[in-house]
Amino acid sequence: MIRDIFRKNQKKKYATIPTEKAKNDVPEGIMMKCPECRKNVFTKDLMKNLKVCPTCDHHMKMTAHERVEIFLDENTFESMDDHLETVNPLNFPSYTEKIKSDAKKTGLNEAVLTGTGQLERQRVVVAIMDSHFRMGSMGSVVGEKITRAIEKATELQVPFIIFTASGGARMQEGVLSLMQMAKTSVALRRHSDHGLLYISILTHPTTGGVSASFASVGDINIAEPKALIGFAGRRVIEQTVREKLPEDFQTAEFLMDHGQLDAVIHRKDMREKVATLVQMHMSKEVSTW
Amino acid sequence: MVKTLPFEEPVVQLKAKIEELKEYTVNAEVDMTAEIKNLEKRLHRLEQEIYENMEPWDRVQVARHPGRPTTRDYIQLLFTDFIELHGDRLYGDDAAIIGGIALFEGKPITIIGHQRGIDTKENIKRNFGMPHPEGYRKALRLMKQAEKFNRPVICFIDTKGAYPGKAAEERGQSEAIARNLVEMAGLKVPVISVVIGEGGSGGALALGVANHIHMLENSTYSVISPEGAASILWKDASLAKQAAEAMKITAPDLKKMNIIDGVIREVYGGAHRDSEAQATYMKDVLINSLRELSKLSAEELINDRYNKFKNIGEFTE
Repeated sequence: MIRDIFRKNQKKKYATIPTEKAKNDVPEGIMMKCPECRKNVFTKDLMKNLKVCPTCDHHMKMTAHERVEIFLDENTFESMDDHLETVNPLNFPSYTEKIKSDAKKTGLNEAVLTGTGQLERQRVVVAIMDSHFRMGSMGSVVGEKITRAIEKATELQVPFIIFTASGGARMQEGVLSLMQMAKTSVALRRHSDHGLLYISILTHPTTGGVSASFASVGDINIAEPKALIGFAGRRVIEQTVREKLPEDFQTAEFLMDHGQLDAVIHRKDMREKVATLVQMHMSKEVSTW
Repeated sequence: MVKTLPFEEPVVQLKAKIEELKEYTVNAEVDMTAEIKNLEKRLHRLEQEIYENMEPWDRVQVARHPGRPTTRDYIQLLFTDFIELHGDRLYGDDAAIIGGIALFEGKPITIIGHQRGIDTKENIKRNFGMPHPEGYRKALRLMKQAEKFNRPVICFIDTKGAYPGKAAEERGQSEAIARNLVEMAGLKVPVISVVIGEGGSGGALALGVANHIHMLENSTYSVISPEGAASILWKDASLAKQAAEAMKITAPDLKKMNIIDGVIREVYGGAHRDSEAQATYMKDVLINSLRELSKLSAEELINDRYNKFKNIGEFTE
C-alpha cells in the first residue's frame, strides 16, 4: 500500500550488518583503532602517547624495537645473538615457513630481542619479548637468547631487565620448549647469587610457561595496567572448574591483589620508575651514614 | 580541630581563653597585653605540668589518637623516592602492612610498617592496621630482598595486633609471625624498629626483632591491650586504666626495663600536634642508629640481635 511508505517508525525489512572482519578493519596508516574502546586515533598521536589509547588508557601491544626506543637511553642499545636460527627439531609441518614469515614481518630472528644498553646512564642488559612473533612463544632460540642475556648481565655484573609478552612455551618444539623454562632459571639463579638485580616487567599477555618461569621470579615484578597474566587460559579454567570467572580475572590488578606483583606501573612512568629502582641497587655494600 | 583528650582538657580551655582575650583586644581596642602574657606563662607551666607527668592511661589515649601520624606519614616526611612494593607472592597483598624501598639521606633503605587507615573507608581496606599472614609474609619477603641487596631495614610498628580471624588462622597466622621472628634473627643487615603507636603483642613483635628498638614517648608495647588484660585478669574490661599502669606498657617503662634502646621524645601533647617536628626528632635517632649499626659486620649484627634478646627475662636460680 502507498500508505505504508509514509508510516513512521516502520521496521526495516533488511539491515546492513557489518561483518566481523569489517568491524575490526583498521584503516591502514593514518588512523588506528583502539582494540579496547574502538575509538579511532591518529597513528602519529598514538605513537606520541607511547601506544596508550588517549581515550581509554588501553596499553596496546608494542614491538620489541618500539620498546627499546621508549625505554633505554637513545642510541645505547646493542643487540645480541641476532644470528641464532630456529630449526624444526620435531619436523612440524610448515613450522619453518611460519618462522620465516614472522621474521620477515617483525625484523627479528625470534620472539625476543636481547642486548645491552643504558638506562639513565646505568648499564643494564635487557630482553624484550615480542608478541608479534609467534605470539611471543618460547622455543629453543628464545630460551637460548634469554639465557645468554642473563649470563651477559652476570658477566658485566649489571641488572637484568626483561619485558615479557608470551603465550607460553612453543608447541612445535615440544619438550625442548618446556626445558627452556628450566634453562633460563638456572641462569637466573647464578645471576641472583652474585647479588644482582633482576626486574621482570610483565606486559600483555604473559601466560603459560613464560609466566611459570622467569616472568614471575624477579626481585621486583612489575606489570603494565590491565595486562593479561596467568598460567592456564581462561577458557581452560572455566571448563575445568565449571564456573564463570570474575571479569578482572588474570589482569595485572587482580594479580597484585593476590600478592604476585610488586607494582602496576603506567607505561609513561615505566622508564623513570625502573631507572630509580636500578639506581637504588647500584651499590653492593651497606652505605655508611 | 584536633580531637582533645580528657587529661589535656585544662590546657585546651586555657588556650581558648587566651584566644578569646586576644580577639577581644583587637575588637575593643583595650590593651590587655599584660593579662595575656600572664596567662600564656600560666599555660606554659600547665602544659609542662600535664604533658611531663602523663599517666600510662593518658599515653594509651595519645597512642590511639585518630590523628596520630602513621607509617605513611613518616615515610613521606623522612624519605625520598619511596617505591611501594606489594604482595607476598603467595596469596595476597595485605594493606595492613606497607613496605618498599626509598632513599634516606640519599642512600637506599627498605621500609616496612603497619598501616592503619585515617578514616572508616580506609580502615576497612587496611583492616584497622591488623595484618593477616600475607602481611607478615610480604614483610619477610622485603626483608630478604633488603638482605640480598645489603640495605638496612627500618620497621614502623603500629598495630593493635595481628588479626584474630578465621581466614588468618587457615593461612597460618602463628606460623607467619613465628617465621618472621626466626628469620629476622638471622638477617645480615641492620634492622631498626620504631614503635610509633600501639605495639600490640605478637603482631607487633613480628616486625620487631631488631638491633635497635626505639619507641615514641607516647607509644605502647605490650603482650595484650589494657582492655584485654583487664578482662582476663579481673574479668572487667572497664578496669583498663589500672591494667595500663600494672602492665608497664609505656615507652618510659620499657626503657627502664631495658626492653628497648631509646625513647624518642614527642612534641607537647603528642605527635599528632606537629608531625613534621616529630619526624625531625625521629630522623636524628634513625641516623644515629644507622651510623652505629653500619659499622658492624653481618656476623656482628646477628650476634648483637642474639645477645639483645637472650638477655631479656627475669628469674632467680
